[in-house]
Amino acid sequence: MSLPFLLEIGTEEIPDWMIVPALNNLQDMFQGLLDHHALGGKVASTAATPRRLILRAQGLVERQADIEELVLGPSKSAGAGAAAGFAKKMGTTPDQLRTETTAKGEYFAFTKRTQGQATAAILARELPNLILKIQWPKTMYWNGKGSERFIRPIRWLVALLGDAVIPFEIRGVHSGNTTSGHRLLGKPSILVTIEDFEHQLKSNGVILSADQRRAKIETEIDGLLAGRALKVKPDPDLLQTLVYITEFPTAILGGFDSQYLELPQEVLVTVMRHHQKYFSVEDANGSLAPHFIAVMNTIADPDGLVRHGNERVLRARFNDARFFWQVDQKKKLADRVEDLKNVTFQAKVGSYFQKTERVVALVKEFGGDLNAQRAALLCKCDLTTDMVKEFTDLQGIVGGLYAKEQGEAEEVWRAVYEHYKPVSMDGPIPSTREGLLVAFADKWDTLTSCFKVGLIPTGSKDPFALRRAAQGLVRIVVEGRLPGPIKTDDAQLSEFLRDRVEYYFRDVRGFAYDEVRACMAAGWNVLTELEARLKRVQTIRATPDFEPIAASFKRIKNILKQAQFSDSAVHASLLEPGPEFELYEEGRRTEGQPLESRIAALRPKVDLFFDKVLVNAPDPNIRRNRLALLQSLLTEFSDVADFSEIVTER
Amino acid sequence: MSSLTFQDTVFALKRYWSDRRCIIQEPYDVEVGAGTMAPETFLRVLGPQPYRVAYVQPSRRPADGRYGENPNRLYKHQQLQVILKPSPADVIDQYLGSLKAIGIDLSKHDIKFEEDNWEAPTLGAWGIGWQVMLDGMEITQFTYFQQCGGFDLDLVPAELTYGLERIVAFLQNVESVYDIEWAPGVRYSEVRFEDERQFSKYNFELADVAMLWKLFDLHEAECQRLLKLPGVVLPAYDQVLKCSHIFNLLDARGAISVTERVGVIARVRKLALGVAQAWMKQNEPKIEAVA
Repeated sequence: MSLPFLLEIGTEEIPDWMIVPALNNLQDMFQGLLDHHALGGKVASTAATPRRLILRAQGLVERQADIEELVLGPSKSAGAGAAAGFAKKMGTTPDQLRTETTAKGEYFAFTKRTQGQATAAILARELPNLILKIQWPKTMYWNGKGSERFIRPIRWLVALLGDAVIPFEIRGVHSGNTTSGHRLLGKPSILVTIEDFEHQLKSNGVILSADQRRAKIETEIDGLLAGRALKVKPDPDLLQTLVYITEFPTAILGGFDSQYLELPQEVLVTVMRHHQKYFSVEDANGSLAPHFIAVMNTIADPDGLVRHGNERVLRARFNDARFFWQVDQKKKLADRVEDLKNVTFQAKVGSYFQKTERVVALVKEFGGDLNAQRAALLCKCDLTTDMVKEFTDLQGIVGGLYAKEQGEAEEVWRAVYEHYKPVSMDGPIPSTREGLLVAFADKWDTLTSCFKVGLIPTGSKDPFALRRAAQGLVRIVVEGRLPGPIKTDDAQLSEFLRDRVEYYFRDVRGFAYDEVRACMAAGWNVLTELEARLKRVQTIRATPDFEPIAASFKRIKNILKQAQFSDSAVHASLLEPGPEFELYEEGRRTEGQPLESRIAALRPKVDLFFDKVLVNAPDPNIRRNRLALLQSLLTEFSDVADFSEIVTER
Repeated sequence: MSSLTFQDTVFALKRYWSDRRCIIQEPYDVEVGAGTMAPETFLRVLGPQPYRVAYVQPSRRPADGRYGENPNRLYKHQQLQVILKPSPADVIDQYLGSLKAIGIDLSKHDIKFEEDNWEAPTLGAWGIGWQVMLDGMEITQFTYFQQCGGFDLDLVPAELTYGLERIVAFLQNVESVYDIEWAPGVRYSEVRFEDERQFSKYNFELADVAMLWKLFDLHEAECQRLLKLPGVVLPAYDQVLKCSHIFNLLDARGAISVTERVGVIARVRKLALGVAQAWMKQNEPKIEAVA
């Protein structure tokens, strides 16, 4: 008989962004447990709200199958005493032993039977550990020092195998068949079975399925805006957050005084999204409308109190923003450069004033004009404004808006505005040359100065987001067509950048990994040029002669490596007529021609050479000359790519 | 029901927590930036002794002053601080009950617990918790203390910090904290506006920087001296609070450069950790020692 299984871990509110990874981890571990103990069954589904993680499985056996195994004991020749000892060890009597004949002779043996354990017993033993092993970014303890850690306190546990409770305990919390409803909409204590679990929760204010919660929010937003010529500004990340901070989401529409629309949209949207978790609303022209959508964790707002409360909070936030805007204007950005001495960039590296000096110098060094240099000078000044102190994710944007307001040239304010870009892997890079230069210099400075004082990312630890900075830098250089090389004397930083470049071309741009490796082996510091070579190699690779010649190159490289040879001075007089001389001649004839045509011309000659000519000639002079010929071939192609890195079928 | 005055809200919360076996303490009488810094929290959370306390703590944050011109920001605001050590299993239900006690009908509002961990590097303290959101407004910081003074805590206390001005402004539906009805017929502005104006002026414009540095050094030296003597942990901790407040004043005056800042924070932290160590060394602290 196969049994269904249900586990619910009831907790206090788990941070929304940690829930999905934890569920996946729980699912993997539980499937591993079933497999390891041969309990049959598969995880059927998982679900979660902020207060509960749920796992369901199907098809578990009631108990493990019995196991029979043959255990070989001492040799027959060891005698009765040895047999008795073996029998005792097996928990039996000598008369139960049998004789097993092997290639080495006759042995005492015993057929040992291990009775399978009840699934419920195994789960009761294993579940506490499994639950406490779920991985979280940051855990806490809530009983005494040294007690169990979890993301938030565990308050109840439901564990059912068929109709039966699997009994276990985690520090005073006993598993059972009692769950808990929504804090305000449900009962605190509800008896459940596997079959009625989801339904019972539903009638106690908990929508278990994240998809259903998502659909409810989306449908209600559509309903609220229907017939109003308004549309919601789509925001999948915010939606995901709201799905996982609610057990029973309900959307409401709120409004604000249109006088606040005088403030920059960027500021309004940030206040609504990041501080209040509201969706913004746009009119038919795509301009911000004086409305917002909030998502409650309850069923209704009968007296409009929730809407009123949210509107009041938003008004206070907008008033703050307007106050900051007005106060900040009293001191121009240009007059704030000195104030950057009091803003720490990084404790070991120094202040933003020092960083600004370096960024300005870098922009100048990379050929930035006066506008670019001006933007570099002003780009960090908004860190001293009240607006950015309050709304930190608006750094750069606020600086750009203030610079515009204070009459800076468009090239300047736009560069300041965009200099943190790209903010995500697929977000846009700065749109102007000035912006690209400032963004590049800012990130380059961050990388070099952090590496210099040993702030180097390791494993998953990257507190200063240097990977993101490097990734952004690579995109700015390649996609912004900045011609200069990225080069550093810092070997660790160089390696770090190399990894980022490889990652970018391989995982972001989709070049084959061996093409990336081959082309980078021929140099990678000038990224636009590397990109051009990659495109060429990608094109040539499709031609019929490419794979064979790449295979030959690999062979050449191996031969040279074995011979520890690197000289490429070929003496024509030592060449043997026939395939060897022809290869040499063809090489000279096609010198200066593009790679594409040389490959086609050289390929048959290379093949013939390897077919007919013995590289390891008895005469050491001839041998050396042949190696030199091969080396010269490699060298001539090496400015495009190291073709021996290409993975071939041959 | 009509909404409670400021003082009735305080009475209601004190009564509620008194009914749940909390000692009701009066505010600590040395300047602090938050209720957490009062010895009733910083020291009492250390060690294996259970403790339950609630108190209002006026909290001074010089840099937050706005000369009384901003409707939501204050140099000195009032926190109602509750420490439940160890935290009971139904602590959140008890907390929600306290909201009902001050007239919030939870069936008509939206309550969310949003991740917000707390950390005070100068106190060597941190905890895990939430900001509690009522209709989109943060009304309470809820923290399970994990470490204090650099020590893993023997019993994990729950700390509830109610922002009283915000909550009461919300309940009374006023746009500015200054319009809160403090007592029947008496507005918040009548009680507190002048402090805000005068202290903003002092903190931002007038505080004598050289004198403050001198005071900082004196209080630091006094703390260090006391830490070498037996049985004077509490006076030593007062010196830490003095240093901390002076640091905040210097900061508001813009008198601390980047390079100095890290160093000054480290000096205060060192004193706080020293006090925590001395407190832990004391045997079985008696309640009379603070009361």
